Amino acid sequence: KSDLSHFHVVLDQTRIRNNCIMTSKYNIITFLPVNLFEQFQEVANTYFLFLLILQLIPQISSLSWFTTIVPLVLVLSITAVKDATDDYFRHKSDNQVNNRQSQVLINGILQKEKWMNVRVGDIIKLENNQFVAADLLLLSSSEPHGLCYIETAELDGETNMKVRQSLSVTSELGDPNHLAQFDGEVVCEPPNNKLDRFCGTLYWRECKYGLSNQNMLLRGCVLRNTESCYGLVIFAGPDTKLMQNSGRTKFKRTSIDRLMNTLVLWIFGFLVCMGVILAIGNAVWEREVGFLFQSYLPWDPPVDNFLFSAFLSFWSYVIILNTVVPISLYVSVEVIRLCHSYFINWDRRMFCNRSSTPAEARSTTLNEELGQVEYIFSDKTGTLTQNIMTFNKCSINGRAYGERHRAQPLDFSTWNPLADRDFCFYDASLLEAVKVGEPAVHEFFRVLSLCHTVMSEEKSEGELVYKAQSPDEGALVTAARNFGFVFRSRTPSTITTQELGKAVTYTLLAILDFNNIRKRMSVIVRTPEGRIRLYCKGADTVLFERLHSCSHDVMNITSDHLNEYAGDGLRTLALAYRDLSEEQWAEWAERYRGADKAIDCREDRLAAAYEEIEQDLMLLGATAIEDKLQEGVAETIAILSLANIKIWVLTGDKQETAVNIGYSCKMLTDDTTEVFIVNGHTVQSVREDLRLVARERMMESARTRDGGKEVETQWAPPTSVLESISGEFALVISGHSLAHALEADMEQEFLETACACRAVICCRVTPLQKAMVVELVKRHKNAVTLAIGDGANDVSMIKTAHIGVGISGQEGIQAVLASDYSFSQFRFLQRLLLVHGRWSYLRMCRFLCYFFYKNFAFTMVHFWFGFFCGFSAQTVYDQYFITLYNIVYTSLPVLAMGIFDQDVPEQRSLEYPKLYEPGQLNLLFNKREFFICIAQGIYTSVVLFFIPYGVLSQATQSNGVPLADYQTFAVTTATALVIVVSVQISLDTGYWTAINHFFVWGSVGAYFTILFTMHSSVLFNIFPKQFHFLGSSQNTLAQPVVWLTIALATVICIAPVLAFRFLKLDLKPQLSDTVRYTQLVQQKKWKPGGRAALGRLGRGGSRRSGYAFAHQEGFGELITSGKNMRLSSLALATFASRHSASWIDTLRKKKHNPHSTPPTGDSSPAPSLVLISETNTF
Amino acid sequence: MGKVRADAGPFARRPDNSAFKQQRLPAWSPSLTPYTVLPVFYFLALVCVLLGVWLLITVQNTHQLKIDYTDAGACATCAEMRNDPTKAKMNCDCVINFNVPKTFQGDVFIYYGLINFHQNLRRYIKSRDDDQLVGRKNSLKSPSSYCEPFAYDENAVPIAPCGAVANSMFNDSFTLTYHPPAGAAVNVPLYRKGITWYTDKNVKFRNPSTNTTLQQAFQGTAQPPFWQKPVYELDLDHPNNNGFINDDLIVWMREAAFPNFKKLYGILNRAHTTFSYGLPEGNYSIAINYNFPVQYFQGRKEVVLSTVSWFGGQNHFLPIAYLVSGGLIFIVAIVLTAVYVKVGRSGKNMEE
Repeated sequence: KSDLSHFHVVLDQTRIRNNCIMTSKYNIITFLPVNLFEQFQEVANTYFLFLLILQLIPQISSLSWFTTIVPLVLVLSITAVKDATDDYFRHKSDNQVNNRQSQVLINGILQKEKWMNVRVGDIIKLENNQFVAADLLLLSSSEPHGLCYIETAELDGETNMKVRQSLSVTSELGDPNHLAQFDGEVVCEPPNNKLDRFCGTLYWRECKYGLSNQNMLLRGCVLRNTESCYGLVIFAGPDTKLMQNSGRTKFKRTSIDRLMNTLVLWIFGFLVCMGVILAIGNAVWEREVGFLFQSYLPWDPPVDNFLFSAFLSFWSYVIILNTVVPISLYVSVEVIRLCHSYFINWDRRMFCNRSSTPAEARSTTLNEELGQVEYIFSDKTGTLTQNIMTFNKCSINGRAYGERHRAQPLDFSTWNPLADRDFCFYDASLLEAVKVGEPAVHEFFRVLSLCHTVMSEEKSEGELVYKAQSPDEGALVTAARNFGFVFRSRTPSTITTQELGKAVTYTLLAILDFNNIRKRMSVIVRTPEGRIRLYCKGADTVLFERLHSCSHDVMNITSDHLNEYAGDGLRTLALAYRDLSEEQWAEWAERYRGADKAIDCREDRLAAAYEEIEQDLMLLGATAIEDKLQEGVAETIAILSLANIKIWVLTGDKQETAVNIGYSCKMLTDDTTEVFIVNGHTVQSVREDLRLVARERMMESARTRDGGKEVETQWAPPTSVLESISGEFALVISGHSLAHALEADMEQEFLETACACRAVICCRVTPLQKAMVVELVKRHKNAVTLAIGDGANDVSMIKTAHIGVGISGQEGIQAVLASDYSFSQFRFLQRLLLVHGRWSYLRMCRFLCYFFYKNFAFTMVHFWFGFFCGFSAQTVYDQYFITLYNIVYTSLPVLAMGIFDQDVPEQRSLEYPKLYEPGQLNLLFNKREFFICIAQGIYTSVVLFFIPYGVLSQATQSNGVPLADYQTFAVTTATALVIVVSVQISLDTGYWTAINHFFVWGSVGAYFTILFTMHSSVLFNIFPKQFHFLGSSQNTLAQPVVWLTIALATVICIAPVLAFRFLKLDLKPQLSDTVRYTQLVQQKKWKPGGRAALGRLGRGGSRRSGYAFAHQEGFGELITSGKNMRLSSLALATFASRHSASWIDTLRKKKHNPHSTPPTGDSSPAPSLVLISETNTF
Repeated sequence: MGKVRADAGPFARRPDNSAFKQQRLPAWSPSLTPYTVLPVFYFLALVCVLLGVWLLITVQNTHQLKIDYTDAGACATCAEMRNDPTKAKMNCDCVINFNVPKTFQGDVFIYYGLINFHQNLRRYIKSRDDDQLVGRKNSLKSPSSYCEPFAYDENAVPIAPCGAVANSMFNDSFTLTYHPPAGAAVNVPLYRKGITWYTDKNVKFRNPSTNTTLQQAFQGTAQPPFWQKPVYELDLDHPNNNGFINDDLIVWMREAAFPNFKKLYGILNRAHTTFSYGLPEGNYSIAINYNFPVQYFQGRKEVVLSTVSWFGGQNHFLPIAYLVSGGLIFIVAIVLTAVYVKVGRSGKNMEE
């Protein structure tokens, strides 16, 4: 049907795929077998199936088959329903996607076709804003040069646009007729999941053309700002890179899960032990008594000796005692987690009004681990900060502006019609200075309006939109705009501005582009008056070295201002200018052109040329930009630190920026004794930094603090000393040092040093390194880690950590898709951990404790009865009771506790972050707690067996009929059991909602209702054999002696528990008990104890240099070449995308350059900053 | 593929502000405080001790007498006969004398007790057919497989009642005689009916329905191998007390939970003037028709005479258990109080 006759695609695989995708797992016919097969891969389910088979053997069957099959079916069907619902939605989305329309070129005519019918080799036409249907080779586009723009948000989460270009030979095939003649042959790599790589060759008209990723449109992308384009389908359906990437993510398990699995194995061991003990008992009994009793009860035919009988008895007891590993455990745990996830989704206090995003628990299996987090790894940009820069303050010619004198922001619009309404500035004196016409101020803003790489777009008159490649630059240009120096448009050789209402056009002579080494950028312009001037902006440290000597006075004052700004955590830039004579310019321009055309060492030669002209600058002033933190970041970090959670910031950003943010979000404070900066490039230097300098200083400070304890410290092994150090240290390590620190022989050292620090900041790290750091802590610290981030570069870290949190509602969904939890504000983390996580952990622990307890209490009664019934595997209870105990009589109250319980109200969790500690130390459910529960369960079973035994074996009814019959005993014990476990759950429940009441009372009520129904004559008359307990409950429960027995058993079971709990509360109260108690006692005069420690969040006073310039080089060139002028905004976005997509490459490139990121700390006046860097590289 | 966002205002996706969803359901959060726990302990101690004392007094007013006759006196010969397979079927009677030291006032119940007889073995308990016992015709002729090997006799005739439980039915019979200090011996009259649960007698056990005699109803069935009489001739004195609804059978079929048990044999008929106040003190003899062999499995047999109180027969365990628990709880309460006063007073630990 297609034009396969004209061309063909040669794949390494011969099959030709259509474009139908199927993410669903089942269809109607395969659902049951496949789902069951999957479910029986769970060990627990298989175990119960095995039990079921055992129960079908009559010689062994000690319980009816339905005691196992009813819960098993229930469990299986709950899971099946869940799976079916999930799959239904997958089917729906598959259908929706498969039935999207696309235009396929068939016989030279475009025809509508469903996506699923698109085949490899088809040529399809895409229009603007359409999803790309399959992996396409771009053949031609409506734009010049075969360019087209795509957004790859669904692939890698980046919303900015990328440019793709067709081969020049194919870009000429503009219309369908030509395209229909296309008969090329593509040989390419087999389908794979590498999004950024494609390699293939096009053979056409006896020529070979190399194909790269630059020619490909991948499925999942959206075509933007391109009228239409044509593409050749290379990979379709499941072969597309998108589908190849949608592999199942690694299943995360919580530590409670792992503990539970261990415990279940132990319980299996315990079960086997019990079985063996009882089987031995059976052997002895059969030999001594049963053998003699044979006249009344001969052995069953296959049994001919006591050993065989014991063997059968073992299996019989395995069946009876299987309830110690309750089938409903796993399902109940899942239900509880699901409910907790819903509580997270429903939390209004984690709903962001601004982005209208609720929190979302994307994984429903990790909730209780949220209550155990010890390490948080956080991304910086977009997570801690909003990535919004605001022009806050400036210093012009030695005068500081920007103090917040008044509450109302200045109103620019009346004065300047082109002003940006969103811009806020509070200092009217600056505006006055502009109006008055102070030359320095004018020149200052002129720099801002000229020296940048921003592109402008004027949709209608006066409606300017700036496209800046970095937000700080945008902020600066916007500031200039509002103060009357409006950048309006540019061409490759001109910049048009509107200065105080008057249009001015400057001739752009050169852009001396930014890079990380230069830390500055300049433009050389010719003013309308004909003067040539160089405007420069850059890091103060760099710029101050290049000032003209007459600027020294200004420099000194500005320097003070800069320190002040840095102290406030602002990002600063210094501005300067230089007048050039025509000769100077001409001479330099010559050299510049030479350097530009150089083939080898072009970059170095350009840098040298720039260096030459950027001299004798006249300082104008400095700007201070606030990198806006997300709301409540500092508070959240403070609270989380109080909760003993260590926060590491892992960022791709520069060291200075990262340290700056560290200060502004209070990770680093003035209390921080020392900040260690590890910045070495070689193994030795990094090791030295970590070991010698950092640790010795820590020890030293520990020693001076401890004073007399010095001797002891020396004797102790260094690790323990490190752990005991409580000083306020911080570690800042850069990516290249980290690469060495993460090597096998040094990671231990790095980890020890890092963990002894209160704050750790890793800057300039690659995504992979982020994951490696997380992995390192995960592996060696046995602690729960949480990674939080917003961008595609955080995905690896999010996936590696025990818990991954994605910041949603911002650009990109990649992080969210990889995450387990997502919300839109960093500050919600405190609620997620301290409230939801803490509760989840508490609830899960209480649930598990009670669950094991109740099942041991229930099951072990059989064990004791074994000693009285000749180890014959006779159950104590009615088989219906055994069936229903776990799924009806006792399941709902404990489920309600597991879902709703609260020990302290949510506000208290936030007020007393220390309440979080039990989770980190895993105090509420561990092996010890487990054994306590088991012991309590066994104790209860002893009481529940021997008290009724003691009473009933002698007792008679008041009408003389003995009570010692089996059915009476069964009913009495079962009733006592239900009452005891109900009283116990009442004790355990700390938060009695109406639902708890309903479930607890309802369960007891259901027990009696079902009991009387089962023992009624109605049912007996229908099935006499099945309901042979006829009348037992009526006869038994009418007897006062039975109730006295039950009461006695309950008191004996519960009183010790109550006493122990009271003693514990009295002697060793937990913080939560204290909080509850204080709440109870001092409800009126409550004082915020936890807040006291938060009080010292005031601004620090130390002076730090806070230079930051989040620029990327390459834009100057772009502008001057004029390549991006027609589709200016688009092209800009394209290159902006490089900022995030290829910044790793940039980084990699820079890594080879030893001069990258030279430390600025040496010029820093901050006395607390200790710089450790490899000086010999300079 | 992408998430479709509803464009219904910025708060369209805001979760409901319901108490349930925000986890703010009104709730009662009790906590253990000295003011609740300590009084509870003292109260429990008091209640347990009072109950214990009351029960003890009640129990002291009941009487119980056990006579083990397995191989006592004249029964020793019978015991030997039962042990000897050749003489197993021979009839054997023996008489045992005993003394009632104090008058048993009120209703007196006569039980037979078995020691070390396991009615609670799993296969034993299962070895019965409730369908048959409720008179279902099909089951009468084709007993459940659970009754094996007592489902069919050697001639493949179905056994009624089938199973090990029925087969092993206790078949000694007792005749109690009072020997007053003066005058002739008096036969102690016993009610041998009304000794079962109402539901057992009237619902759970029914004879197969028939228009003719019971014997015909059971036609085509065999008696259990250990039985001397067929099921329709269990009580020759009372024609209505035969078949599956025979009281002794019903009593036996209610399996005991423990290997040592007693089952009701009869109730003193106080219509007789001598016994209108109960069983007078003095000498008694009991004539035993000794059939049930227990020597095989080292069992014992006994006759138990007992009176009952409001909460049943003589039972020292319950009052003593109550007294002991009451005492222990009291001690614990004192310890807790001491700890509270010394350490936890006014929440000292709570305010650290």
